Amino acid sequence: MSDLLAARSQMAISLAFHIIFAIVGIGMPALMVIAERQWQRTGESVYLDLAKRWAKGTAIMFAVGAVSGTVLSFELGLLWPRFMQYAGSIIGMPFSLEGFAFFTEAIFLGVYLYGWNRIGPKMHLTAGVLVAISGALSAIFVVDANAWMNTPTGFRLEHGQMVDVHPFVAMANPAALAETLHMTLAAYASLGMAVAGLHAFLLLRQPADGFHKRALTVALMIGAPAAVLQPISGDIAGRVVADTQPVKLAAMEGEFRTQARAPLRIGGIPDVRAHETRWDVEIPGGLSFMAYHDVNATVEGLDDFPENRWPPVVIVHVAFQVMVGLGTLLAGIGLWAMWGLVRGRDFGRRLLVALSVGAPLGFICVEAGWTVTEVGRQPWIVAGILRTADAVTPMPGLIVPFLTFTVLYLFLGVIVTWLMYNQVLHTVD
Amino acid sequence: MLQTIVAAIAGVALTAYVLFGGADYGGGVWDLLAAGPRREKQRALIAHTIGPIWEANHVWLILIVVLLFTCFPPAFAAIMTVLHIPITLLLIGIVLRGSAFTFRAYDATHSAVQERWGMIFAIASVLAPLLLGVIVGAIASDGVGTVYANPYQAPGFVQAFITPWLNAFTLAVGVMTLVLVAFLAATYLTVEAAHDTELQNDFRRRAIEAGLVLPVTAYAALLAAEPLAPRVQHMLLHSSLAGPIHIAALIAGLGAIVALWTRRFRLARVAAGALVVLIIWGWLFAQFPFLVPPTLTIFDAASPPATLRAFVGAIAVGAIVLIPSLWYLYGVFRRSHQPEPETPH
Repeated sequence: MSDLLAARSQMAISLAFHIIFAIVGIGMPALMVIAERQWQRTGESVYLDLAKRWAKGTAIMFAVGAVSGTVLSFELGLLWPRFMQYAGSIIGMPFSLEGFAFFTEAIFLGVYLYGWNRIGPKMHLTAGVLVAISGALSAIFVVDANAWMNTPTGFRLEHGQMVDVHPFVAMANPAALAETLHMTLAAYASLGMAVAGLHAFLLLRQPADGFHKRALTVALMIGAPAAVLQPISGDIAGRVVADTQPVKLAAMEGEFRTQARAPLRIGGIPDVRAHETRWDVEIPGGLSFMAYHDVNATVEGLDDFPENRWPPVVIVHVAFQVMVGLGTLLAGIGLWAMWGLVRGRDFGRRLLVALSVGAPLGFICVEAGWTVTEVGRQPWIVAGILRTADAVTPMPGLIVPFLTFTVLYLFLGVIVTWLMYNQVLHTVD
Repeated sequence: MLQTIVAAIAGVALTAYVLFGGADYGGGVWDLLAAGPRREKQRALIAHTIGPIWEANHVWLILIVVLLFTCFPPAFAAIMTVLHIPITLLLIGIVLRGSAFTFRAYDATHSAVQERWGMIFAIASVLAPLLLGVIVGAIASDGVGTVYANPYQAPGFVQAFITPWLNAFTLAVGVMTLVLVAFLAATYLTVEAAHDTELQNDFRRRAIEAGLVLPVTAYAALLAAEPLAPRVQHMLLHSSLAGPIHIAALIAGLGAIVALWTRRFRLARVAAGALVVLIIWGWLFAQFPFLVPPTLTIFDAASPPATLRAFVGAIAVGAIVLIPSLWYLYGVFRRSHQPEPETPH
C-alpha cells in the first residue's frame, strides 16, 4: 500500500466513523429536547424516561464524537500538512467557528446532563435547546469547509500561492448552501428514521407498548420531514455540482460522452476502459433535466476531460446510485409515516415493518453520499488547485497509523454500539 | 502587532488548557495512584469533579490546533510533519482517556468491566500529559525547525522523525509536565474534598509531595536544555524578564506548598495556578518571537492580515458567548460538593 493510499484510507476511516458519531450527536439532542418539552407539557413520566435515555445517548456520542473530531483536526496536519500550509489561512475560519459552536455544545451538555436537579425546568430545557442548536451549527461549519474544498473561492493565485485572502468570501463559496443543507437534513433524517425504525421493530413485538409508541412518534417528528425534504435539497446540490464540478457530475452519472438530452442512468456499472456504462436503465433526457431543469440541455461527459483528472468513476457512480436509491426509499417511508401521523391513527403493521427496514438506510446513504463528494473530488484535495498527492506528508510508513486508527475506531464502534443498546434501548419495562 | 495578539491568544489558550484540561489529566494520574483505605472514595471524588467539565476543558486543545493552522499554517505544517509520531501517540491517549472515562460512567453492568475502563482511563491520563510535554519540548528545542527546513534532505528516518522529539530534554519536559498536572490536580482536589477531612488529607499529602518533586524535574529539564535547546535555555536564564519570572515562580511554588501545609486550600489553588501561568509564560517569552525555532517566527509564519483580523474578531464574539456560559457551568457545579459519586443516570 502506498503512503498516499494509506493516508487517504486513514482519513476515510476516520471520517466514516466520525460522521456517524456526529450525526447522532446532532439528531439525538433534538429528540431529547422534544421529549423533555412533552414531559413538561403533559407530565407523562414516559417522556421524562425518553428524555433521559436520549440524553445518555447524546452524552455517549458527544464524548466519542469529541475525541474522534479531535483526531480529525490533528489528522488534517498529520496527513496533509501541505494542504494546511497552503489553505490553512482560508479554510481555518469555518473550523474556528466550529470550535466555538462545539465549545458551547460541551458547556450546555454538561449543564443539561448534570443539572436535572440543580437548575429550574425552563433553564434545563433551554440548555438542551442550546445543545441541539450548537450541535447543528458545528456540522454546518465543518461541511462549509468541505464545500470550499469542492468550490474554492475567496483568494487569488499568484505564483502558486493564495493571496488576497478573504475568509468570509471563502465561506460563502458556491457549494456552501447546498452542501450544508443536504448534510444537516441528512443528519436529522438518518438519526430520526433509525430511532423510529428501532422502536417500530420493538412495537411489532410488543404492539401495546406505550413507551415505544411515544418514542416512535417523537423520532418521526424529526426524521420523517427531514427524509421527505432531502430529495429536494439533493436536487439543489446536484445542480451546484453540475455548474461547478462537471467531472464529478459525469462520474456520478457514469456519463462518458458529452451529449444533449443526456439520459439519466439508474444503476449500472461504468466500464472505464470501454468508456461506457453498462447494465443500467436509461431515462432519455433525464440527466439533462436533473442537472439543468431542461431536457435538451447538454451535459459534459468524462471524455471532455483528460483521464488524469477523472475521479475513480466506478466508486463514485455506484456510491451515488446507492445514496439516491436508498434515499428515495427512505423518503417514501417517511411520507407514508407522516400520512399515518396526520391521520392520527395507530401505526399499521405494514408501516411498522417498512420503518424497521428503513432504520439503517439513512446511515448507509450518509456514508455513500460522503463517498460521492470526497472520492468524486479526487485527484484534487482542493478542486482544480492542489492535488491530493502533492498534499500528503513526507512521513513514511503511513500504513502503521492507518492500521492503528482502524483498530482503534473498530474497537470504539463496537463499544459504542453495545453501550447505546444497553443504555438507551435496553431495560425498557 | 496583529501577529503578536494572535500568538498571545494561543498562549492564553495553552494556559487555560493546562490549568483546566491539565488538571483533568492529573485527576487521572491520581486515579491510577489511588491507594490506602479511601481508595474508592478518592476515585469517586476525581470522577465527580471532572465529570461535568472535562469536555469543555478539552476544547482548549482544539482551539490551539485550529488557531495554529488558521493563523500560522507553515508552523502547523512543520510541527505536524516532524512530530507525527508523538502527536499520533498523544491522539491515541486522548481518544482512550475520553472514551474510557465515558464508558466507565455509563457501563454500569459489571464492576470488573468498569475497573478495566478505569485502568485505561488512568493510564491514558498519564501518557497524554507526558507526550504533551515531549511535544512542547521538541518545539522549544531547534529539532523541528531544523528538520522541516528541508524535510527531503534529512539524513534518515530516525534523524528526521525520531530524534527531534526523543531525547533527554524532551523527556525531561514531559516528566515535568506530568508532575505539574499531578500537582495541580491534587491541589484542586483538596478544595473539592472540603466535606471529608480524611480525603482532603490524602490529597493534601499528594499535592505537597508532587509540589516538592516539581522543582527537581524543572531543574533536570533546564540541565538537559544546555546541549539540546541552548537558545531557550539561554533566554530562560539570561533575558531581562528571567529574573522577575524566576522569583515570582519561586514565591508561587513555595506559597502553594506553605498554603497546603497550613491548610489554606483555596489560597493553595490560586498559588498553584499562578505557578503554572508563570512557567508557561516564562517559556513563551523565552521563545518569542520564534514559533518553531530556529527558522519560523510568528511574523514569518503568520497568515495574511485579513485572516488574522477575522480570527481575532471571531474570538471576541466567541468570548462574549462563551465566558458567561463557562461561568454558568462552573457556577452550577460549584454550589454543591456532596460526596455521592454522581453519574448522569
